[in-house]
Amino acid sequence: MVNILLRYTNLIIITLFILSLLSFSLAYLFPGNPIEVLTGLKLEELQKLQNQSANIAYKPEGSVLSQYGHYMSELFSGNWGVSFNSGQPLYEEIMLSLPASIELSAYALTLSLLVGLPLGFLAALRHHRATDYTLLSISVVGYSIPVFWLALILILVFSLQFGWLPLSGRLSLIFEVPSNTGFVLLDILLADIEDKPSVFLDAFRHLILPTLSIAIVTTTLILRITRRSVIETLNSEFIQAAYARGLTTRQVLMRHGIRNALVPILPLLAMQFPTLLTNAMIVETIFSWPGIGNWLIQAIYQQDYSAIRAGMLAVSVFVVIFTMSIDMFLRLTDPKRKKIERGTI
Amino acid sequence: MIKRHHTPYSIYKVLIFSFSMALCACDALITSKTDPNGIVYCSEGSPASFNPQLDTFGTTVDASSHQLYDRLLDFDQTSGEIVPALATSWIISPDGKTYTFQLRKKVAFHKIATFTPSRYFNADDVLFSFNRWRLPTHPYHKVSSGRYPYTDSLNLNKLIKSIKRLNGYRVEITLQKRESSFLANLATDFAIILSAEYGDTLITRNQQQLIDTLPVGTGPYKLSEFRQDQYIRYTQHPDYWRKNKLTDKLIFDITPSSSLRLAKLITGECDAIALPAHSELEVVRQQDNLILDEKPGLNIGFWAFNTAKPPFNNPEVRRALSMAIDRNALLETIYFDSAIAAKNIVPPTSWAFQADVKKVNFNPISAKKILQDNGITEGFTMNVWAMPVKRTYNPNAIKMAELIKGYLREVGINVNIVTHKWSTFRERLTQGLHDSVLIGWSADNGDPDNFFRPLLSCAAIKSGTNRAMWCSKEFDELINEALDYSDIQERAYFYGKANELLAEQLPLLPIAHASRYQAYRKELDGLVINPYGGIRFGGVTKN
Repeated sequence: MVNILLRYTNLIIITLFILSLLSFSLAYLFPGNPIEVLTGLKLEELQKLQNQSANIAYKPEGSVLSQYGHYMSELFSGNWGVSFNSGQPLYEEIMLSLPASIELSAYALTLSLLVGLPLGFLAALRHHRATDYTLLSISVVGYSIPVFWLALILILVFSLQFGWLPLSGRLSLIFEVPSNTGFVLLDILLADIEDKPSVFLDAFRHLILPTLSIAIVTTTLILRITRRSVIETLNSEFIQAAYARGLTTRQVLMRHGIRNALVPILPLLAMQFPTLLTNAMIVETIFSWPGIGNWLIQAIYQQDYSAIRAGMLAVSVFVVIFTMSIDMFLRLTDPKRKKIERGTI
Repeated sequence: MIKRHHTPYSIYKVLIFSFSMALCACDALITSKTDPNGIVYCSEGSPASFNPQLDTFGTTVDASSHQLYDRLLDFDQTSGEIVPALATSWIISPDGKTYTFQLRKKVAFHKIATFTPSRYFNADDVLFSFNRWRLPTHPYHKVSSGRYPYTDSLNLNKLIKSIKRLNGYRVEITLQKRESSFLANLATDFAIILSAEYGDTLITRNQQQLIDTLPVGTGPYKLSEFRQDQYIRYTQHPDYWRKNKLTDKLIFDITPSSSLRLAKLITGECDAIALPAHSELEVVRQQDNLILDEKPGLNIGFWAFNTAKPPFNNPEVRRALSMAIDRNALLETIYFDSAIAAKNIVPPTSWAFQADVKKVNFNPISAKKILQDNGITEGFTMNVWAMPVKRTYNPNAIKMAELIKGYLREVGINVNIVTHKWSTFRERLTQGLHDSVLIGWSADNGDPDNFFRPLLSCAAIKSGTNRAMWCSKEFDELINEALDYSDIQERAYFYGKANELLAEQLPLLPIAHASRYQAYRKELDGLVINPYGGIRFGGVTKN
């Protein structure tokens, strides 16, 4: 147990170290002065600030190694530099937009699980029958549709044609909800505002289309994974044995089927989260969702190198920590896994 | 042991149940409720600051001028006449050089989180605001950029000799020379009134730059929050002096993409949008719940002849060339009908407009005859210069030049189309190297002098805005005399004469006044296109 924990911690630390090196080297690879990219400040402004207070560690004349040291210490103290474009601290900007993306991905994942799992079971139980084939064909179609195209089609139909749902942002600007957690539904719950139900309704209306566009692809994926796993489980010997004991199909499924089928798919499902986040980042730009994907795209458009550097670091750190923690959790809970089979990303 | 299970409910029952649940929920979800207490305007970009004195950029003006501030005078949105605003009345001395303004009493400034005004608006605020751009010694002159493009370009700082405070509610402005367009300049978006008390407070706190980013004005709305590239939130100014109906909130949703703005307007996420693209106008017209207002803009696109060069010095030739052109076809192809045909150089919204001037009718046959009578034979070659850039008054000058080439071929004239890089183009125009040119003019205030003087006065040849190289003593006298009077009726008489002279002489052929558009949802009431500058939300309500 301790051994596993140590191994994973080690792995995470090494990966994060490599990531920090990468983001640090970006400062040298991007055009412009590396110090400017690292801090987001022009050299003269930096000089001025340094004259005022000794808090800023970077020295233009220092060696690369010492710069890296400063960079790391600044990162840990939450001082990620400022955006070239808006002049706002990057840490704050990222902490506002990253939760929005995580929120969107989480809802999409929940929706996909709620729909994908039962349908996957259904398809497996009706194996080689019309239902199975129909679901499988639908899933192939769903899986092949590019997310951004789907998002645009949804907008075209539900927003522009029928005028049912809004197409941008995550809350009407009329409502003023202070951002405490960055998760919009939670913020509304915590906020001290009038007429909460209608604010919730508005937030929900904004959520539908982006969540759907991401969820459809993931749902089809989950459907296929579940179906395969259930079919394999139902063909295994202990199921045959259960039938031999005289159990009905339903009893077999409830007692032996579901649990055994879910064990192999859960880790696979958790691994969908990074893909989901990537899809969410694409969809965000289409729905003007104020998440990290949209934010990074804007930074790229405006050649805001300091923001690109920090954004890339934040997203990758989040993904690394998330996937590795899930992996570790599964490793700790599943006694069958003796070795670190999937100790990589 | 075998446990009994209750009968499994059919999967279809579950499906039907959840489907009907979804339908019920949908009904609540898809009926969008619009909040009557707030107006959302989808604007095209982030303002550079909240002070239009510093910047002539339309986005800054829209976000600040009429929302946050007031001026001494305003243009009436329909008639274009100068009407009282913060000044209730004014007296002009007989020599036309001294203006005395009586100021409005009990006009409250905004109360914001960091500043609570202790007094009403008075003469000190006028001095403070005007001296900021006028006097380099003013404590705020160098704050922010220290540049005042609008007032500098009009030389207002040189024109004004002194501004005196006669008493708390009376201000006297003395000019170096008589200029009747002075009042119009005070009514433009740029002549806003700041709070002197706020300025003093910021000096004591050593936060001078906040005057342009955390503004305090007397306007209908006050700034509550601005997030770069995302939104601007305004809230109602509860003590606004005009008895306008105001909504509680005004929000600028910053949406740079024109198609996204239109989409948001259709879904009701915006109540009004900025700058609909010409190609999208038809979409707006087709939607039942949207309104597209159209107003001729304060601009003119024209075809100027180089009157310094023969044979274009001959009015007969100019008229014949003009008659060879079908201007309605130009309006259709170049402006997609989003412009109105021009009769004068001033648009019909101006009080100097005159409808009954001598017309130029499309008649290639008689055009050809006149040309021959004046010794211009088949095969004569001239050039048409077409500006290389896109402007509201002429969205595609090169295409227009090609059409003109086609028309002139019909009357036996060969045309070479000339175009250069924009800077070179203007430079060579000023040198007078062209035979004729397709160009235009956009005015920034309601005063017709802003059209006549820069476009066709003798002095404007030198300063490089008189593209026709036309110098007529008679014309110059008329427009100078017009400035000597301050009564609109009297001035209109002289401009009328000037219009007649231009229609007679045709130094340039007015083609079109490109329209300005405002697209908004039906629920919005009271939104008017302001031909003299930025959008105004004071008095706009939502049902």
